[in-house]
Formats: sequence, structure tokens, C-alpha cells
Amino acid sequence: MPIVKLVSEHFYNPEAKKLSWYRDQGGYANALKSIRDMKPQEIIDEVSKSNLRGLGGAGFPTGRKWTFVPRNTGKQVYLVVNADESEPGTFKDRYILEWDPHRLIEGIIICAYALDIHTAYIYVRGEYVRPTETLQNAIDEAYQGSVLGKQVLGQDFPLDIHVHRGAGAYICGEETGLLESLEGKKGWPRLKPPFPAIEGLFGHPTVINNVETLAHLPKIIANGSHWFAEIGCEHNGGTRLFALSGSVKKPGVHELPLGTPMHELIYEHGGGILNDKALKAVIPGGASAAVLACDESNISLDFDSCLKADSMLGSGAVIVMDEDVCMVKAAHNIMNFFAHESCGQCTPCREGTAWVHRILTRIVKGEGIPDDINALLDIANNMSGTSICALSDGAAMSFRSYVKKFTSEFEYHIRHGKCDIEQRLSN
Amino acid sequence: MSDIFEFTPENFKRFQEILHCYPRKQAAMLPTLYLAQQQQGCITPEVEQYVAQLLEVSLVDVREVLTFYTLFFRRPMGHHHIRLCMSISCWIRGAGQIKENLTRILGVPSGEMTTDGNFSWEAVPDCLGACELAPMIQMDKDYYGPLTSNKITDILNDPSHSHNHKSTEQNTKETS
Ligand SMILES: Cc1cc2nc3c(=O)[nH]c(=O)nc-3n(C[C@H](O)[C@H](O)[C@H](O)COP(=O)(O)O)c2cc1C
Ligand code: SF4
Ligand code: FES
Repeated sequence: MPIVKLVSEHFYNPEAKKLSWYRDQGGYANALKSIRDMKPQEIIDEVSKSNLRGLGGAGFPTGRKWTFVPRNTGKQVYLVVNADESEPGTFKDRYILEWDPHRLIEGIIICAYALDIHTAYIYVRGEYVRPTETLQNAIDEAYQGSVLGKQVLGQDFPLDIHVHRGAGAYICGEETGLLESLEGKKGWPRLKPPFPAIEGLFGHPTVINNVETLAHLPKIIANGSHWFAEIGCEHNGGTRLFALSGSVKKPGVHELPLGTPMHELIYEHGGGILNDKALKAVIPGGASAAVLACDESNISLDFDSCLKADSMLGSGAVIVMDEDVCMVKAAHNIMNFFAHESCGQCTPCREGTAWVHRILTRIVKGEGIPDDINALLDIANNMSGTSICALSDGAAMSFRSYVKKFTSEFEYHIRHGKCDIEQRLSN
Repeated sequence: MSDIFEFTPENFKRFQEILHCYPRKQAAMLPTLYLAQQQQGCITPEVEQYVAQLLEVSLVDVREVLTFYTLFFRRPMGHHHIRLCMSISCWIRGAGQIKENLTRILGVPSGEMTTDGNFSWEAVPDCLGACELAPMIQMDKDYYGPLTSNKITDILNDPSHSHNHKSTEQNTKETS
């Protein structure tokens, strides 16, 4: 497939974060076009027709999400930009913040105008100190250059953007956990309904979108929905940034059209498997997604194909595992994360993640018992669909896939009290 | 520890600017705690008291936030604080070995501070969002990777010289 760079075109160019440079490249022309020449509804329609999907994890159609926001209620509407980026394996939004913050700001202006929003918050994970500095500098410059403030780009449209730093909690990436956190509380996800579009931040209608989702808007306005939709595949418009990591020669961010085959990403863009080992498994969408065994791994990288493969495209974090990676230990590593990050509000999630972690710890230590495999699968069922947010479902989807697809490795650990791969490698 | 804490005049001004960003005072909780931590090094009970008063919330509201999030320190940390990522991609690329190295080099286990107070460190289960640098650490504001035992020694000896290993401009470029 041809290389199409929509949101990554300015990556690695240190000039791009300067307002003057960005404007010289035609930057903010599309925000201006939106405000001056388009009606809000036209923008919403364009975004709907573009098949732009939410790139934070859930893949929800962006245009459709926007239509849920009630209009003319007299209540101020908020935009909250999700830059929490904490799903293991994910590091794409960081590139936008670091290299092209004005593209995000321009996307925010377009979204804000379409939904009559005058205040936006960008919630950035607390560890991203440098990217936050870059973003804040860009926002400061945008205020100085009258791109933001009382008259955005000289038009009769006011917009303020505030950067809010998270403080190290994965669950604050979940949209309602994020809202609680923004309100100054611990990040416990809210029961839905009411949905944030109706009652979100400070009780007001709120739109929550991922950094990359918004960064796509300027080009959609520039070139039209049809152009964007054509780049991707059915119901999956445009490109997305894939964060490729693990056992590959060239880990990094690669922008590819939705629908690109997984093996093209791994072997062409990623340079193939590290040390020319064999591919064993790959996670297509962050630690919450089900792992794909090598023989099922060459799927089309789009939201719908991943669902069909009983996994998910999630945050676009592709994690590659070679033949020397032990799947029992990989599952253990991931469940250590989820046990640590469950917010503890729902019993199946709090108890389930901790319990699974204990069982996996004992199997890794060589102290597993035969019944453990069934116990793990049982717990996975009890953790699915029974809790307030999707962390629990993601954790269950994840460890269940390791147990089901690599059962023999779990059995070996339990029967022999040791790791077959470790043994092979030490011989 | 009975000293009363308050913001320096400069930070108090900064605090008031922060308040302007939100329609409710409580929403300024995280930025206010960050500001206090920057001034004091960690969040002591006196700081909690002060922040509760400023934001007109109960002490419990502050304590609950403090214990929920992982980036606030409740006791003093080293001059440099290191987080070693142990999450999946770093683990695949050998974070386990780096953990052993760090323990040996610093001479204290994860979660502790060196006796000279120069370094504190922790191995964290969360992905730090820079898996292309795996295995990696965050030291203070910066990311460093991909790490080897030698590189770690270099970085610890001179945190400033090490921008060869720093994430942003150089390394990601190399691997792109
Ligand atoms: C446990 C959990 C963690 C999440 N973390 C993030 C995150 O770090 N960044 C993000 O954009 N979305 C994250 N999401 C998805 C958000 O809830 C939400 O769907 C998304 O921000 C909406 O934006 P989008 O439609 O543009 O993707 C997470 C969801 C769950 C359940
Ligand atoms: S599912 Fe887990 S993380 Fe989500 S609200 Fe419940 S306990 Fe918290
Ligand atoms: S797994 Fe270590 S930075 Fe992502």
C-alpha cells in the first residue's frame, strides 16, 4: 500500500511545533475555513461521512458521537481531549503532542466550532512532562497569535484550551474516570447512563475524543469526507498511527491506512522480527486486546476485522512476540498490570484481576495445580460484562486468549514446574 | 514535621491562575498538589491540610486523591527519581535484566533511596508510553532507552550528557 501521511507528516521536523512554521504550511487554514465558510452541521456531516473512528480505543464513529450532544439546551458544552495514553504498548499520541501540537489545536478548534464549544481541556498523562511542555508552548503561542482566545483566528468565536496533567492512573483514560479526575477526585469510572454527552464534566454535556481522532480533522475539512473515507476500508476511514513494539527490528510509530495487513506492518514497516526469529504471537490493539497466534495474525488492521477475530484494534498498539517469549509469563506480566490498575470499585474486577494474578504467579513459580486452567477460564467469564467500565472486560479478554490459545504452555508449566522455553534457551 | 506549609508568594500567584481554569475549586486538586510537591519535594500532612483549606474541601478528599494516584510522593525522594518500566513491551525487550542491574548499581531495592540521597527508584508495572525505546526508564522529566547495562551506568553518572539515549529527537528518529 502507498505511504499516506495525514497526521504524521510533520514528525521528526523540529520546526513544526512553531506556530509560524505551521501557518506557513497552510496550518489553521482549515480551522478558519470551518468557522468562516461552513455551518456547524456541515462539519458534523462531513465527519460522519468520512468514517472517522475514535482512535482512543473503542473505535466509535466520531460523527455519530457528536450527534449525541444536545443542542441549544442553554448549558455550556465541554470538549475533553483524551491524552492519557496509558494502554500498555501505546505511544502514538505522544508523537502528535511532541512533534505536531498545532495540528491537535487546529482539530480542537474545528470540533469546538462544530459543537458550539468554548472551553476545552486536554488531559495529558502525568508522565508526559516534556510532551506537555511542548503542547503548552504551542497553546501559549496560539494565544499570542490570536489563534485562540476571545476571537479565534479573528472570527466571532471564542475558545479557551486548558492543559490538565494526570497523575499516574491508567483508569483515568476511561472517559468517565477521566472526568472524575478532572473534577479533582480519584478516577473512579461513573455508572452510565447518564452518558457524558448528556451529563459529563461538571454536569454539563461533554464530548470526549482522543488526540489522534481530533488531529485528523484539519485534513478532512481540507480534502473532504469522500477523500478520507477512500483512504481506509469499509466503515473505517483514513489512516491511523500504529505504535509497533516488542520483538521487531524497527519499533516506532507507523501511519498506515486502516485495512493494511498486519504482516505488512510487521515485516515491511517494522523490518521483521528481531534477530530473525520466528513470529509467535501479536497483540493488535494494546494489552487489553486478545493475543493472536502466528497462524491467525495476518489480519486486516481495521476495527471490524479485529472484532471478527475475537480481538480488537483498540489503541493501535501492536505488540510483537517472537518464539522465545513465554506466553505464561506474558499473561502474568499483563495481569500484574491490570491487578495494579483496577480501581477497585466493582467486585468482579477487583477480586478477579487480583486472583488471576495470584494464580499466574504460582504457575510461573512452578507451583501451579491442574485445576488452575479451568479456574482461570471461569474467572474470565465472571469478569466479562459484569462491571462499571471496560477495564474488566479487557483484562478478561486478554488473559483468556493466552490460556485458550497457548494451553499447552500453561500445562507444561503446571506439570513440570518449569518453563519449557527457559529450558530450551539454556540448552 | 510540625512546620506550617504555605505557598511562596510566587506559587500562590500561580495557584490563583490555576483556579481560573476551572468553574469549581476542587477541580484544581491535581495541579495544586503538583505545585505543592514541586515546592516541598513531597506531600506532607501539613501540605494536605493547606491544600484542603485552599480548595475548600475536607482533608479526606485530599487524602483520597493522594493515595489513588501514583505520581505524588508522601515521603522525600532522591535528588533524581527513576521509574523503570516493567510493562509488556519493555519486559519482552529485557526489562528484567535492567531491573537486576539497577538494583546492583544503586545498591537499594525498588522503592528505596540511595544513602547519599542522590537517587530513588522504582520498577513500575505501568507502560510509560515509550515502548519504541524498550527497555526504558524515566529519570525526572526525561525518557531514556533503549537501555543496556553500560548505558545505564553512563546515564546515572551524568544524566545531562545522555541525550544520545533520550527519547524525543534522536532515538525515535534513528528507528523511524
Ligand atoms: C480502561 C480504559 C482505558 C482507556 N484509556 C484510554 C486512553 O488512555 N486514551 C484514550 O484516548 N482513550 C482511552 N480509553 C477509551 C476512552 O474511554 C474513550 O472511548 C475515548 O477517549 C474516546 O475518544 P475517541 O472516540 O476519539 O476514541 C480507555 C478506555 C478504557 C475502558
Ligand atoms: S471494571 Fe474495574 S476498573 Fe472499571 S470501574 Fe469496575 S473496578 Fe474500576
Ligand atoms: S512497555 Fe515500557 S514503555 Fe511501554
